[in-house]
Amino acid sequence: MSETTTPETPASDAAVPQRRVSGVAIRLDGVTKHYPGQDRPAVDDVDLEIPAGETVMFVGPSGCGKTTLLKMLNRLIEPSGGRIHLDGEDVTDQDPDKLRRRIGYVIQAGGLFPHMTVATNIGLVPRMLGWDKPRTATRVDELLDLVGLDPAVYRDRYPRELSGGQQQRVGVARALAADPPVLLMDEPFGAVDPVTRLRLQDELLRIQEELGKTIVFVTHDFDEAVKLGDRIVVFDIGARVVQYDTPDAILASPAEEYVADFVGAGATLKQLTLTRVGDVELEQVTTAAVGTDAAAAVAAARAAGQDFVVVLDERGRPISWPTLAELGRATTVPATVDPRLPVVGVRSTLNDALDTMLAASQGGVVVTGRREALAGVLKVEAVMAAIRRSRAEVAG
Amino acid sequence: MWDYVLERRELIAFQAFQHVSLVVQCVLLGTVIALALAVLVYRSPAATALANGVSAVGLTIPAFALLGILLAPFGFGITPAVIAVTFYAALPVLRNAVVGLAGVDRSLVESARGIGMSRSAVLFRVELPLAWPVVLAGIRISTQMVMGIAAIAAYVLGPGLGGLIFSGLSRLGGANALNSTLVGTIAIVLLALVLDLLLVLAGRLTTPRGIRV
Repeated sequence: MSETTTPETPASDAAVPQRRVSGVAIRLDGVTKHYPGQDRPAVDDVDLEIPAGETVMFVGPSGCGKTTLLKMLNRLIEPSGGRIHLDGEDVTDQDPDKLRRRIGYVIQAGGLFPHMTVATNIGLVPRMLGWDKPRTATRVDELLDLVGLDPAVYRDRYPRELSGGQQQRVGVARALAADPPVLLMDEPFGAVDPVTRLRLQDELLRIQEELGKTIVFVTHDFDEAVKLGDRIVVFDIGARVVQYDTPDAILASPAEEYVADFVGAGATLKQLTLTRVGDVELEQVTTAAVGTDAAAAVAAARAAGQDFVVVLDERGRPISWPTLAELGRATTVPATVDPRLPVVGVRSTLNDALDTMLAASQGGVVVTGRREALAGVLKVEAVMAAIRRSRAEVAG
Repeated sequence: MWDYVLERRELIAFQAFQHVSLVVQCVLLGTVIALALAVLVYRSPAATALANGVSAVGLTIPAFALLGILLAPFGFGITPAVIAVTFYAALPVLRNAVVGLAGVDRSLVESARGIGMSRSAVLFRVELPLAWPVVLAGIRISTQMVMGIAAIAAYVLGPGLGGLIFSGLSRLGGANALNSTLVGTIAIVLLALVLDLLLVLAGRLTTPRGIRV
């Protein structure tokens, strides 16, 4: 693949400006952090504009100052110089506790307090802001719903009774509790297994599509940056901004050799990371609600020429995909949840979809959209066709 | 010995009550003092080292010696007994509180700061609750230890079962001398067991479910 080729802009990027925006812009003016006793500043005179409602990814090698810069945004680390503006307002000298209640903060493994229930954890910031108990309780349920956890089941659990992925979801819910315009995420998905990580990334994309916050996200994983970011900032030591652009632009023309190295040489199939599942035509399939007549579902699928049916729960979320033979043995559509059902979100990359298929040893994946509702099914053939198309485009 | 107990049951019961009362009050006071000190020192490595040193050295001071020293300014009676027992009660709690507070995951503290909790909110809502099981273990050690030390406080005419032990020891060979000493000792051991059980129960009730082992 020639490096000068400009990749085709994916359709999803065109949709970015239409997204509801509840975030605010952040502006950094000459922000510096100098630790006493060190020759070089950890963060050296950084100017940066982060537009409202966009997800901006901070990537760079460890020790480059990206985390320090992030923590200066909510003043967990006090800058030694420069100004920070939030929505045009200079917050550099504002009371840090008050400032932080307007900025959601998510760390690795969620940072949940083990001695508090899920509901207490999520309700902390609203309670600090003086919300009454009923309003906080309603908000907690709303947020659990938003991050895909059933409030009735999870509200009163303790963090240790949750899986790593669930803890991370609760961490995101807690950060969103008081509806802050800005969300800071410090390598939040670093401690979970790859499959869970893909799911959490999909969730975040879905939530962001709904909410339109300004998200600043630190990661050392360039693929994650490409997948989640509207823009990526590539840092070098001292938090020097090497390149600040959209993922496509950085992949297409890395500003320096340093960026090119960081992006990785295996860029031939980078299209897989740039193309979203939602950009490919999904196959529409026969669905059946739990508890309805199984024979009718089988007949409908036969008529449509399909050999399986996707079963949806009461909220329209796919829970299994039995073959017609399997379904034919039951009288009503069973409510069993298939734990190995391969699912990706519409904003997932083709790369994620392929990974998920391989992990589940399946020839396709179920694709979900808003609130995990079914969007369609993606078959491996469609992914291959997309790869062939993009290679042909690049070659031509 | 049984007759001895029956004859003097009112006196023994009164002394047992006084003994437990002294221990419980001194442990409470010692815990408050120890927690306050721990909160003052746990952020500074130098102060933490100092506190640990004091609690280690303090425990090596013989109780007899301390009581003897306290006699000079305070004379005989309850005051030197309370001071000595509280001193010994505070030390294990101080040590455990410092260890417990230092053992709270730093990322949780940062997370608490990051969502906008004030310094004192972090201490009272996150750090102390998470350190509580370790502090409570310190309180249990304290209670067991000062049950014995409170007996020695009878040397300065402090209240409690120590009186039985000392009067028996001083008349060794005389009538009921052995009975007196044995009854005092056994009563202390039994009461210590009861107090420990109560503390275990208190621990169950005061430890949040999410961090119970």
